[in-house]
Amino acid sequence: MENKIEVRQFNFYYGDFQALIDLNVPIRANQITALIGPSGCGKSTFLRSLNRMNDTISIARAEGEVLLDGKNIYDADVDVVDLRHRVGMVFQRPNPFPQSIYNNVAFGPRVLGTAKGSSLDDVVVESLKGAALWEEVQDKLYEPAQALNPGQQQRLCIARAIAVQPEVILMDEPCSALDPVATLRVEDLMRQLSKNYTIVIVTHNMQQAARASDWTGFFWLGRLVEFGKTGDLFTNPQEELTESYITGRQG
Amino acid sequence: MTTSKAENGRNLKEAIIEGLIWFSGISAILIIALIFIFLLKEGAPAFVNVPISSLLGRRWYPIEDLFGLLPLLIGSLLVTVGAVVIAVPLGLITAVYLGEFAPTWQRELLKPLIEVLAGIPSIVLGFLGWVVLAPLVQNMGASTGLTAFTGALILAYMSLPTIISITEDALYAVPNEYRDGALAIGATQWQTIWRVVLPAARSGIVIAVMLGIGRAIGETMAVMMVTGNAANIPSWRTGLFFQPVRTMTATIAAEMGEVAQGSVHYSVLFGIGIVLFLITFAINSLATRFVSGGDGRATRRRAQL
Repeated sequence: MENKIEVRQFNFYYGDFQALIDLNVPIRANQITALIGPSGCGKSTFLRSLNRMNDTISIARAEGEVLLDGKNIYDADVDVVDLRHRVGMVFQRPNPFPQSIYNNVAFGPRVLGTAKGSSLDDVVVESLKGAALWEEVQDKLYEPAQALNPGQQQRLCIARAIAVQPEVILMDEPCSALDPVATLRVEDLMRQLSKNYTIVIVTHNMQQAARASDWTGFFWLGRLVEFGKTGDLFTNPQEELTESYITGRQG
Repeated sequence: MTTSKAENGRNLKEAIIEGLIWFSGISAILIIALIFIFLLKEGAPAFVNVPISSLLGRRWYPIEDLFGLLPLLIGSLLVTVGAVVIAVPLGLITAVYLGEFAPTWQRELLKPLIEVLAGIPSIVLGFLGWVVLAPLVQNMGASTGLTAFTGALILAYMSLPTIISITEDALYAVPNEYRDGALAIGATQWQTIWRVVLPAARSGIVIAVMLGIGRAIGETMAVMMVTGNAANIPSWRTGLFFQPVRTMTATIAAEMGEVAQGSVHYSVLFGIGIVLFLITFAINSLATRFVSGGDGRATRRRAQL
């Protein structure tokens, strides 16, 4: 199976503190990879290394390679704006811009100049459909996004991310602010999206990882303890630490 | 049901506190109303005794009973508009630099410094304008250094700290989640600021600009010192901004001491006060409407374009 992203010997530091240690992670194309582990284990830091969102932190420093289609995204000649266009992100708290629903989705195509006028309208409609939100918002495209409920807002953020047709979508605990019904809707949506996109999701919720992902990586204190097919990892973990975490004895 | 003594005491205390709060709220409104009534009482005779056509005249020459307000209105307008044109872009750009680009140490150094600028007495700035700016303006080719432009520069300088400080606060209040959201889509830092951060901070920015304008339009001392105080209407030919003007505020301040109380001149000066009051009132209510009601409409309009 093809690896969309290949992380090799990756180390990450906040000043003197080493947050990620010697990571080697394969991210398979068009699959859902879940990252689990206790708070502070580095899984969110790892996720934000994949589209270099950590660049905004001045004391952060990365070593090693993150190969996207074989090309290290930390190379000097990589344009970080272009990278984030290819590797989109959905955040923990829904963060639609305080603008209309339409403008939120149109934001990406507008700044990248990929669509204008009626073709922009098409992109907005397609993205909202892709995020399973179209039915609910088609009559209020020009109303403020803040008026939507949190579950809808999160799907709007997904629509906003897919409007620029990224190759990879990173999701940082996308359901932690949502109720169970909205959570299931987002999981269904992830399943559909994985046909066209490679998805990496960080989650605190082990049931979610078990339900919704193809591959799971277990992080502990900045290290990747175990990585494997989700079914194998949850039913037959190779490491004692993994077993005690997923059974709730540890973490 | 019987009420205990303690309960009675509590109720009384509540009532007193409520009463005090009510009184403070009402007194603010009362004071404004009283000021306006006072202005009206003193100024209204002007609009009765002097015909409107005369008030709209082009000459302000009280000794000959010529009370044309036009030169004063235009003087205030030129100086204020000039100040706004200079201060608003400069202030917004500075605030964006401070809030979005500057490293922390620079922000922590510059922000308090800028706020100190707001505390400089206007008379000191008037001196500065008189001694430093006026000769510069004259060197630029104006017949005198004391012009509307000189006044506009001083006023711009005076309103800058307000505009910068409040705009920076508004930018600071924009959640980082919005910036992250925009950056994660592949927006550049500038696109993030222009399309997400500034619109999100819009109401705060409008308030900053309005307070800046308010400062400019009401300012008296500094303007009186550097605008030349000639109550004439500048002509286009000789450079609109490069001639002496006299503002409404400066007129009141300069002439109040020498008029007989109750005379026509006296009431016209109060009339000018009424006009000033109405202008600031209009600006404030415009700002309020823009801030509170504008959001949804503006977004929709932008979206339809």
